[in-house]
Amino acid sequence: MTDAPEEDGRTRAAHQFIAALPHCRALSMRVERLGEGEAEISMPWAEDLVGDPRTGVIHGGVISTLMDTTGGAAVLSHETGALATATMDLRIDYMRGATPHHRITARATCFHVTRAVAFVRAEAFDEDAERGPVAVANGAFTLERGA
Amino acid sequence: MRRPEPVQVVKQRRDAALSALVDGVPYIRFLGIGFERRGDELTGVLRYDDKLIGNPALPALHGGVTAAFLEVTAIVTLSWAMLWDDLEAGRLDAEEMSLDALRLPKTIDFTVDYLRSGLPRDAYARARLNRSGRRYSSVHVEGWQDNRGKLFAQGTGHFLMPPRE
Repeated sequence: MTDAPEEDGRTRAAHQFIAALPHCRALSMRVERLGEGEAEISMPWAEDLVGDPRTGVIHGGVISTLMDTTGGAAVLSHETGALATATMDLRIDYMRGATPHHRITARATCFHVTRAVAFVRAEAFDEDAERGPVAVANGAFTLERGA
Repeated sequence: MRRPEPVQVVKQRRDAALSALVDGVPYIRFLGIGFERRGDELTGVLRYDDKLIGNPALPALHGGVTAAFLEVTAIVTLSWAMLWDDLEAGRLDAEEMSLDALRLPKTIDFTVDYLRSGLPRDAYARARLNRSGRRYSSVHVEGWQDNRGKLFAQGTGHFLMPPRE
């Protein structure tokens, strides 16, 4: 990834796109990086998102939402230039609870595309990246190409 | 033979236990999920709100919201089944129940199958326990909107059960 101005522009455009999606705005998601078939999006911990009040760990559903969004962004940034995408199937494995008050960052790669389907892998980390991912995901997304 | 308990006493106990389970979780409130009960059967209800939209062009619910709704329904149904026997046998006091004492199952993995886009209206979900073991459980969840027979999403997950005294 270079710091070329057009890539900054693309990340900014992607950020504006994500910010226009009401649920992504509700979770304060931020696009960190966008590459060829790759995306990195982060979001802060919030009291509202806690799934287990005993520990303050955010709910798995929040991680799913971040992974799904990042996966979709990776599909749209693939060189095929898909006009739209929708999730067909997403499997998430939860390795450990995300540490309370940590920012969560998801990285997704669109590693294969066919005429109509995009295959995606994603990982989510809290601020202790050396402890490994909090969750990993695999998904199949639709790929809507222009006529 | 013991006389059956008055119906209001039974309902009050079960509803108090269910709200102790659901109301203490901030994320369930954030998404606007409620649970309706018929005997021990639960139906999750996701009340529509504009902030749940992921694709404003269609518009459609965010896929992550759908996944979260199914996962919440699975966890609540599993926890409910776990405490039902203690509740009915009088070993658990619904009025004094709190989430601090109650350990929730932890999701090991969850797979969502998106069948149709989520319409901008209320959604419903019901979970079935495929296997409910001491340590591991497997749960299937179905989500629908207008027609019970036309699912918009379904999910399957494995859960690690909390240690029991």
